[in-house]
Amino acid sequence: MSIRLLWRKSLNVFMLSLTGLCALLTVSALFFILGYLLWNGGKDLSWSFFTRLPAPVGEVGGGMANAILGTMKLLLLAALIGVPIGLLGGVYLAEFGGRTVPFLVRYTADLMNGVPSIVMGIFAYALVVMPMHHFSTLAGGFALGIMVIPTVLRNTESFLRDVPRALREGSFALGANKWRMVATVVLPAASRGILTGVLLALARVAGETAPLIFTAFGNRYWSPGWLQPTSSLPVIIYTYATGPYEDWHRQAWAAGLVLLGLVLVTNITVRAFLSRGISYERT
Amino acid sequence: MSSAFPLMANSGAAASSTAKVTAQNPAMSASGANTLRMKVTKLDFFYGKHHALHNVSLEVATNKVTALIGPSGCGKSTLLRTLNRMHETLRHTRLEGEITLDGVNILTLDVTKLRRLVGMVFQKPNPFPKSIYDNVAYGLRINGHAGRLDDAVEKSLRRAALWDEVKDKLQKSAYALSGGQQQRLCIARALAVDPEVLLLDEPCSALDPVNTAKIEELLFELKPTCTLVIVTHNMQQAARVSDSTAFMLNGDLIEFSPTGHMFTTPSDPRTEAYITGRFG
Repeated sequence: MSIRLLWRKSLNVFMLSLTGLCALLTVSALFFILGYLLWNGGKDLSWSFFTRLPAPVGEVGGGMANAILGTMKLLLLAALIGVPIGLLGGVYLAEFGGRTVPFLVRYTADLMNGVPSIVMGIFAYALVVMPMHHFSTLAGGFALGIMVIPTVLRNTESFLRDVPRALREGSFALGANKWRMVATVVLPAASRGILTGVLLALARVAGETAPLIFTAFGNRYWSPGWLQPTSSLPVIIYTYATGPYEDWHRQAWAAGLVLLGLVLVTNITVRAFLSRGISYERT
Repeated sequence: MSSAFPLMANSGAAASSTAKVTAQNPAMSASGANTLRMKVTKLDFFYGKHHALHNVSLEVATNKVTALIGPSGCGKSTLLRTLNRMHETLRHTRLEGEITLDGVNILTLDVTKLRRLVGMVFQKPNPFPKSIYDNVAYGLRINGHAGRLDDAVEKSLRRAALWDEVKDKLQKSAYALSGGQQQRLCIARALAVDPEVLLLDEPCSALDPVNTAKIEELLFELKPTCTLVIVTHNMQQAARVSDSTAFMLNGDLIEFSPTGHMFTTPSDPRTEAYITGRFG
């Protein structure tokens, strides 16, 4: 009896430490990356990094202002293209779909999530770059926007499904029709989860390099408007990190840090803003 | 069920209110009330192939409380939910027979209009994840309210006996309220659109005795202005609050009579067996 008890207790301790260790490993990977980036890129960050264009080859200094702005523009386009489609599609799947159509859409979305990002780049190349005969911010934003759709769609659907039936009935019982009910009760109740999903999707594509190489291309200078090629942080990191110059390597580290910081700051800001709202009670 | 002697097991305040109800309408006949708000005629209801209600006929008297009692799964909630066509939110349901509201077949009414006229309060308090004010204003906003919203919200909260407790925190989350307050908020929300009938689906089953007493008191106050239909598991509650009671069993309406009559001299042996606690 006591041997059994000892066995059970030690098993308990073992499993507990194992799960704890795994959790620690996950978190430490993140902190390791953050620390490494800070260590390598932090010292090359300066005001001019944010305000100046890249310096000509061979000249030390310069900045990545055009790449930072380029990434912001690309993400804005991605959000404008991908979020409405993903969001409304998710609403359809969760609230209005029957059986067959949602199954197909869901299946397709999951497949799309697994498509290599470079294929998305080819898709945007064929659809936007070829007809326009040149690379552009628009093409890059389109590629990223397509990649955002499946994530936002599935995430929106699952958060909408989580909204308790009791809330829907409460709305119906007051004379709301289905659209009214979804728009005034279900969407606000799920808004926090949905927005978190949107942020995650955008954060993921913020670091995509492959689909941008032959859509947004790259640019040593400012990109005027939306129809010209633009520089972006991931592409410039790729170019600089694989380049032959010591100075480029250091700048690539700094750019990595800026990219991570950009994503982190947006995330924290939106979450802080969202936490002021009222969320429903989970049971 | 809870007690073998429903009428004797009541404690202090509850027993006196029972006496009041039974005393004030011993002569009232459920079908003989001169004004009828709703009438259910030969209703059959199906969930897919499951035949949930069999040939149910029921009359809901204006500005009275009608209670539906019976063991779990007897169809009382199903019957209640057909009265505002809430069953239509579920797939594969079918209804045969006729239900009228003020003489009009409810199936011919626009469903959103019907639900404005026949409000509903649910088993578990289900406030929206919004402020107290926005919860009450919800029905007014979606139905396009003409007057001043503030006044309508205050009036509804007063009718639900919640105003004094929440008047200083109208912009706070509805979830900051206790369970009993949340349920009264849901009643205020339903009252805001000024329904003719209010359906209550076991409104006290998630509440403690003190809050239950508050809700029951509220039902008395609402009676002069609103017709109430309440589903309850609690026979003492039916005896305390209702004017007439319907006893249901396995989808059949076994007996429908004035509450005082039903709890003293039930005419069907199954009713007697249920209210004396021999089953259920």
